[in-house]
Amino acid sequence: MSDRYLVTASPHLRSRDSTPTIMWSVVGSLVPIIAFAVYYFGPSAVLVMLAAVVGAVGTEAAWGKKGAVRDGSAAITGILLGLCLPAGLPLWMAVLGGAFSIGFGKLIFGGLGQNIFNPALLGRAFLQAAFPVALTTWPAVEGVSWWSLRGDNFALPLMSAQVDAVTAATPLGLMKFERVLTPVADLAFGTTGGSLGETGAILILLCGGYLALRNYLNWRIPASILITVAVCTAVLHLIDASRYPTPQFMLLSGGLMLGAVYMATDMVTSPVTHRGAWIFGAGVGFLVVVIRMWGGLAEGVMYAILIMNALVPFINRATQPRVFGTSRQKAPA
Amino acid sequence: MFDRLTFRHGVHPPELKQLTADLPIRRLPYPREVVLPLSQHTGKPARLIVRVGDRVERGDLIGEPDGWVSSPIHASASGTISEIGLSPHPDGTFKPAVRITVEPFSAQIPRPRLVPDWHGLDRDGLLEAVRHAGVVGLGGAAFPTHVKLKPPPDKPIEMILINGCECEPYLTTDHRTMVEFPERIHLGVRIMMKILGVSKVVIGVERNKPDAIEALERTKPADLDVVVLPLTVKYPQGAEKMLIEAVTGREVPSGKLPLDVGIVVQNAASVATIAEVFDTGLPLVERIVTVTGLGVRKPANLIVPVGTKLGDLLTACGGMTDDAREIVFGGPMMGAAQANLDTPLTKGTTGVIVLAERECKEQASYPCIRCGHCLDACPVFLNPQQLGKLAATGRYEEMADAYHLSDCMLCGCCSYVCPSNIPLSQQFAAARVALRQRKSVA
Repeated sequence: MSDRYLVTASPHLRSRDSTPTIMWSVVGSLVPIIAFAVYYFGPSAVLVMLAAVVGAVGTEAAWGKKGAVRDGSAAITGILLGLCLPAGLPLWMAVLGGAFSIGFGKLIFGGLGQNIFNPALLGRAFLQAAFPVALTTWPAVEGVSWWSLRGDNFALPLMSAQVDAVTAATPLGLMKFERVLTPVADLAFGTTGGSLGETGAILILLCGGYLALRNYLNWRIPASILITVAVCTAVLHLIDASRYPTPQFMLLSGGLMLGAVYMATDMVTSPVTHRGAWIFGAGVGFLVVVIRMWGGLAEGVMYAILIMNALVPFINRATQPRVFGTSRQKAPA
Repeated sequence: MFDRLTFRHGVHPPELKQLTADLPIRRLPYPREVVLPLSQHTGKPARLIVRVGDRVERGDLIGEPDGWVSSPIHASASGTISEIGLSPHPDGTFKPAVRITVEPFSAQIPRPRLVPDWHGLDRDGLLEAVRHAGVVGLGGAAFPTHVKLKPPPDKPIEMILINGCECEPYLTTDHRTMVEFPERIHLGVRIMMKILGVSKVVIGVERNKPDAIEALERTKPADLDVVVLPLTVKYPQGAEKMLIEAVTGREVPSGKLPLDVGIVVQNAASVATIAEVFDTGLPLVERIVTVTGLGVRKPANLIVPVGTKLGDLLTACGGMTDDAREIVFGGPMMGAAQANLDTPLTKGTTGVIVLAERECKEQASYPCIRCGHCLDACPVFLNPQQLGKLAATGRYEEMADAYHLSDCMLCGCCSYVCPSNIPLSQQFAAARVALRQRKSVA
């Protein structure tokens, strides 16, 4: 029995959840998706994801707060960035993307919790702007040995990569530019071309479901995004079935699932209120449909989420909870 | 829906009640001295009417109420007043208190009937008797009971709500009271009904106390309209506004009191005390406390004289373990940590919890990641995330004006769930103090 006692403010009990627990749980939930990417795209997948993580975590370690690497958020950013890159990407680009994600996506805003935009998506947007060809060169899978690299992963920085890999278009590219529809079953189980982690819609849903059950993911955001996309597409499809794809194709193709489940739900860059989450998701879903259908790009999830990220402070302010025992909320100043 | 009565939001901390839930209430030998602060209740401190050297019997008045929202203080043991001065107070400050050296061989038999028999009293007589017996709410806030029992004439009361939730982890004070003295609760209810002229009574008890529910049902008088209502186990189910929401589905308007919706809420131990003072004729001089936690050797439910010093109480419970680290008066969610073993227990001390080292390790704090868990936990639907951000930069006026700081009950749910361990409710308490100071300066 000591004669000195701790005096702290209440509550004297704390729940077991901690920010690192949440972050590392997200990392853990991504393992099946990572494993599938490796199974499907071979060693290139490992290399690209590793490079993105090295870029992200290295930047956090070098310029972030001391010990901030341990909270796991930089690792998530690196992995998520890796998952939305093509397997054949030169590794130096992946490292650069990871570094940009953390440096310009997070650290310049003040580190964890301060950033406005999803760091992984910001990194990808940077890569897409800087290296549009490399970012849209999708390796083919059929007829290639698992052990072979899916592109010039070891290209030297700033040298043009040799494009001799066998490439395959993504389902969205096929739809948009060649009017070929990929079977829905291939989309659902991930046997299509695309970025590392955007194939395999069902797997992503399962992994996200696990996080939602642990309350580490706000299910309202993906629900809202997917419902909005489904409804908008269904309406368009009913109007002109020859021009617009079916809702199931839209839901399962491209980066929508990964974006809706893992990118849009980033806690820091999504609304804190439930109503805000629904509005945010609806905005993302609507923008995805607009960009995919009428934009110049095949895919629109990235820009849709980044645009809605910018609106989050306003959504939060507009959806303040109604305080107990009041009829309306006071307008925040 | 009937079997799922509760409020929205809230948290589920571990209950931790098994240490003392089945231990019968025991009485301890009298300590060598008791220390009675003149302020043990909400409102003005009592006015001192004794001097050093005076001899007092148990139950004698030593401080009289100073105005309506105040309460008298009585000697909790027979002995001699040895000192009148500042003493450590459970709220962390030093406050005027009366120290009584307890007569070692006294039988502690009080003067006969200091509180009159209730049968012969009318409403006003009962109210005065409650007031002069020093009865206050025993659930923690120690609000003078007679004030609650005399609502303004323009606020008609329809229902009495007895709070038997005891939603704080560890505590079993109300639980054991309901199990062992259910008749007292019903008698207290009867007296409250007579004072308030109300015929409808609901006793809300959390489902984790089936023995209490059973005892209350078994002893229910046939002539009273009393409903014992099992409620969902959730914190803070025992907060007045949450209890009213669970039982009636109504929200007490922001800034208003339960009596504004026609309800008087009284904690179970307090109701039992109303009955007790009329039963024994002795004013409120002792109370039931739970002494528990992994840091105390022999957890117990005890009847102790008000003013018993913390150190004496812990010694009587076998002392503290080697890894005892923090001592808390009240529940672990809202209770106040104590720094001094000479601090006396007051009327509002529901329990003493000694937390062990492993329960109160300092946890690393991280920046807010806007997970929104605090918004999902807040039982009064505030935005602790935004409030915390404003508090961190000292924007207290904005917290009060735009984000309803005054509606915060300091229940601690937001701090409890925060994965980044941001001390939200502590910041809100500090903000309120700072605002009060700014206002008083202006």
